[in-house]
Amino acid sequence: MEDMKDLVLNYVINEYQEDEDDEITYDTPLISSGFVDSFSMVSLKVFLEKKFNISIPDEEATPEAFDSVNKIVDLVNGYLEKK
Amino acid sequence: MSNIGSYDERIKNFDWSISEKELDYKKGDIINIGWYCSDRICEQGKSGKIALYHEGFTGEERKYTFNDIRLAGNTIGTFLRNLGIKEQDRVCLFMDKIPELYLSFLGVLKIGAIVQPLFSAFGDESLYVRLENAGTRAIITQKKHAGKVRKIIDKLPGLEFIIIVDHNVAKPLQEREISFNLAREKPVEHMEIFPTRADSPSVLHYTSGTTGQPKGVRHVHYSLISQYLTTKWILDLRDDDIYWCTADPGWVTGTSYGIIGPWSLGITQCVLDKGFSAESWYKFIEKYRITMWYSAPTAIRSLMKAGDELVKKYDLSSLRHLASVGEPLNAEAVIWSEKVFGLPFLDTYWQTETGCMMISNYPGMKVKPGSMGKPFPGIKGVVLDPNTHKPIEDPGRVGLIAFKPGWPSMMTTYWNNEEKYREKFSNGWYLAGDRASLDSEGYFWFVGRDDDVINTGGHLVSPFEVESALIEHEAVAESAVVSKPDELNMEVVKAFITLKPGYEASDDLELSIMNFIRKKLSPLAMPQEIEYVDSLPKTRSGKIMRRILHAKEWGEDIGDTSTLEDD
Repeated sequence: MEDMKDLVLNYVINEYQEDEDDEITYDTPLISSGFVDSFSMVSLKVFLEKKFNISIPDEEATPEAFDSVNKIVDLVNGYLEKK
Repeated sequence: MSNIGSYDERIKNFDWSISEKELDYKKGDIINIGWYCSDRICEQGKSGKIALYHEGFTGEERKYTFNDIRLAGNTIGTFLRNLGIKEQDRVCLFMDKIPELYLSFLGVLKIGAIVQPLFSAFGDESLYVRLENAGTRAIITQKKHAGKVRKIIDKLPGLEFIIIVDHNVAKPLQEREISFNLAREKPVEHMEIFPTRADSPSVLHYTSGTTGQPKGVRHVHYSLISQYLTTKWILDLRDDDIYWCTADPGWVTGTSYGIIGPWSLGITQCVLDKGFSAESWYKFIEKYRITMWYSAPTAIRSLMKAGDELVKKYDLSSLRHLASVGEPLNAEAVIWSEKVFGLPFLDTYWQTETGCMMISNYPGMKVKPGSMGKPFPGIKGVVLDPNTHKPIEDPGRVGLIAFKPGWPSMMTTYWNNEEKYREKFSNGWYLAGDRASLDSEGYFWFVGRDDDVINTGGHLVSPFEVESALIEHEAVAESAVVSKPDELNMEVVKAFITLKPGYEASDDLELSIMNFIRKKLSPLAMPQEIEYVDSLPKTRSGKIMRRILHAKEWGEDIGDTSTLEDD
């Protein structure tokens, strides 16, 4: 679990963090704060699908479901359990 | 009673002098938008009125009176002037929707320099082509975006000053960088406002075309005349209104109606600088008791998706008037807003080049959901036959949207590209580049673009720009970029690519290409879908036939393929 959290967190930091003075944690709002915009969410979705070999339907890939690393991990775990 | 009163009465004997008189402007006078939006409002006795309520992404709140924004404009303008920035120098504003963006806009205009606002999500390549084209002398930015500027400054010897508004003093400044913290500066009470005239350049917005690099649309200070009156009559702003324009000033709506329109009328406006979420938007309306809300179809459709129940959790009773811009507003969204807010979103149509709203629905005029409405009084708008470029009289026949040149905020040229500017006119008409039809009552109905430009979430993306960037990726041999339908954004970017020898299609590669474009150009330009193909359809002369790929995406007839090269 921690591995998955760190993997997602590191990806978010590496790909989307613009100001190195900002701190991004597991609970930092990503979409609603503006760290990740709605267009870029698509690349985050592709990353998750590829990394965890799952398919997230568009209707489930909402700004709310992607709004923090913790929420993303919950979403991914839901799909992994269904496999 | 709305400000416009009766639309039918207004179109009779209309003259832009109505606006000139209200603004106390006479032909030949000095006209400076920065002064009109701040000093003049203070002179009218409203110096203590709130001009801006601002909420940042961390929830931090700030507010500014009209006297505060007057002083801030003076302080920023004086700082720039002391650096040696003079009239008509281009000063780029490259910031998120922070207060300094709005205040710098006034400061730059007050010294007669030209404001070049750019969307802060642009990547380094998008930034470079626009700064290079404009010959920009100074850029005002935040530390989070400074890295993108540092990447390109070696190629921009004319960019003398990189002004960082939130510099972290613990870190050293780099080449050409200057720290400027507005809160720490002594406010400048008096400054000499540069005596700009009607034809003095004011704002330089960049817009995308089908071919070539983005074009700098140059506006002048006289634009104020139509921006003021359209704000008053279409957005119906009144002295006690609390206004929210959700657009980013990196784009024209964010300056014409997110700064100039409301502040020239002395209206209090609110800015929310955070990403979209339905809850936070409703909460913002409730908190600031917003009365007039100007937004975009993509956002409205996202709110629809969030559901009707959510709306009921908030007290949105302050809202009295809603309008929309950026792309055609579908009938379902108009009907939905009437159902949940008790008010329809009134669609408005205009472009970067027009500088102000051109075709609109008006308070008090019958709304036909899905229609663009009718031309603003004083604007002669028609639908032209695509072949003869003569007005079409028959209702329902599709043609090109065109306007008779001469309204106050019409662009005066494309920066360094007079040839492209001239191409926008034919037979005495300005060609908007969109197609529509007229109904028997004179309402316009949008049909689509007349070129390959992609309108995604209300923002124009050039397929040429994305294709050029794609082939810089190590794996891409050739590319073709078209729009594909999207429920929320109307259109999104789709790329068809062929790979260089030694590369194989994979999810890893798709992600790599997406992120490459996102960082180089912008998230808007990032292909939301990539399709690997063995070859692209081309004419016999080797030109990629985008229209075939576009037709497939939209389920349309492919049309004439006689020029297609043989397999």
